Amino acid sequence: MARRYDSRTTIFSPEGRLYQVEYAMEAISHAGAAVGVLSQEGVVLAAEKKIISKLLETSKSTEKMYAIDRHLACAVAGITADANILIGRARITAQRYFYTYQEPIPVEQLVQRLCDLKQGYTQFGGLRPFGVSFLFAGWDRHYGFQLYQSDPSGNYGGWKATAIGANSTAAQSILKTDYQDDISLKDALKLTVKVLGKTMDSAQLTSEKLEFATLSFVKPELLQFHQLSTEELNSLLQESGYATTTAEEA
Amino acid sequence: MDSVIALVGKDFVLSAADTANARSVIVMKDDVDKILELDSHKTLAMGGEPGDFVQFTEYIQKNLHLYEFQTGLQLSTHAVANFIRGELARLIREAPVLTNLLLGGYDSVSGPSLYYIDYLGTLEKLDYTAQGYASFFILGTLDRYYQKDITLDEGIELMKRCIHQLSKRFVINQKNFIFKVVDKDGVRQINFE
Repeated sequence: MARRYDSRTTIFSPEGRLYQVEYAMEAISHAGAAVGVLSQEGVVLAAEKKIISKLLETSKSTEKMYAIDRHLACAVAGITADANILIGRARITAQRYFYTYQEPIPVEQLVQRLCDLKQGYTQFGGLRPFGVSFLFAGWDRHYGFQLYQSDPSGNYGGWKATAIGANSTAAQSILKTDYQDDISLKDALKLTVKVLGKTMDSAQLTSEKLEFATLSFVKPELLQFHQLSTEELNSLLQESGYATTTAEEA
Repeated sequence: MDSVIALVGKDFVLSAADTANARSVIVMKDDVDKILELDSHKTLAMGGEPGDFVQFTEYIQKNLHLYEFQTGLQLSTHAVANFIRGELARLIREAPVLTNLLLGGYDSVSGPSLYYIDYLGTLEKLDYTAQGYASFFILGTLDRYYQKDITLDEGIELMKRCIHQLSKRFVINQKNFIFKVVDKDGVRQINFE
């Protein structure tokens, strides 16, 4: 039955569904997980890398985390190539706004513009939707630190803590139990480690499989999107009770 | 021919503009309001070509209102100043708009602030300034008597002093001026005489 109504993105099924959008979300549910946790001191983004090889230049390639502007970054789950296009557009949007107003773009506005773009691909043009979900972490003077999630349909929501990608439902329920509104940045990091540890498929958490980053004020007036180095990640994992192996796993 | 003067005080921006619309030797209208309220906490005092400055400033105002409806936020004075400047800088080489502006605003980011914007897209943040012929006569007066953190009453007195200078030395007789103040409570007109 669905077969008749899923080849074109721009039409509804008889039950009122957009199959292509749903299939895009299905693609994302197989991708590496990404988790975001909001604290008053900053935002934590973490992700599970799917591509692991000794031959990969890990210091130079990042498949999950991207800075969009100095006050805005995102984590990605889904088709990386699709994500790259959208991140490129997001970066241009952010700079265009700054060019016009000489002020950084408010986080929600950036998210909205990107989502409006994604929505277009579900309504006209005959092109498939983007197979990516995003977690946006940002800071602006209007609402402070914020965390947003968006999906291929073009919907978005503001979150205190959320997860996308593989096992995201399991991750979400742990977050629901353990998250507290006044969580510190340090505890947010630990909570993220815990969530990933419990929901990732692989047996052990090692720094090679993960990308961790924080958006926070490292000094008053100095907002920084900081991707944790291998050493920092290892010490975080150790603090959270995960033994770090220095041996390489192919 | 329009005279527009503005200054920044302790916690307000005071703008004054003459109220005449004249062509050649004829005064067509003598109660023109040349200080547009861009939003709840911004004024745009304008001078130059009559059609141009109304058209352009209303365009800016509508864009600001659209932004407010779309985002639920109000732009800071600094952002609006740069937006206006960008438009004029683009238009000067496409379809020049002969208008010179003084943007006064009050926001939580920088308190009261004043921006001088001319038809070429020049932008300067200043404590006090004027547009039009008035500047030839009263910048010196402002240099002499302006002080930072001036109070509203002192500001009004200083403006009156400037206007008196104009009536003494400027060949065009500008009888009437409109005064508007922006502060944390918004925009209001000041009336006396």
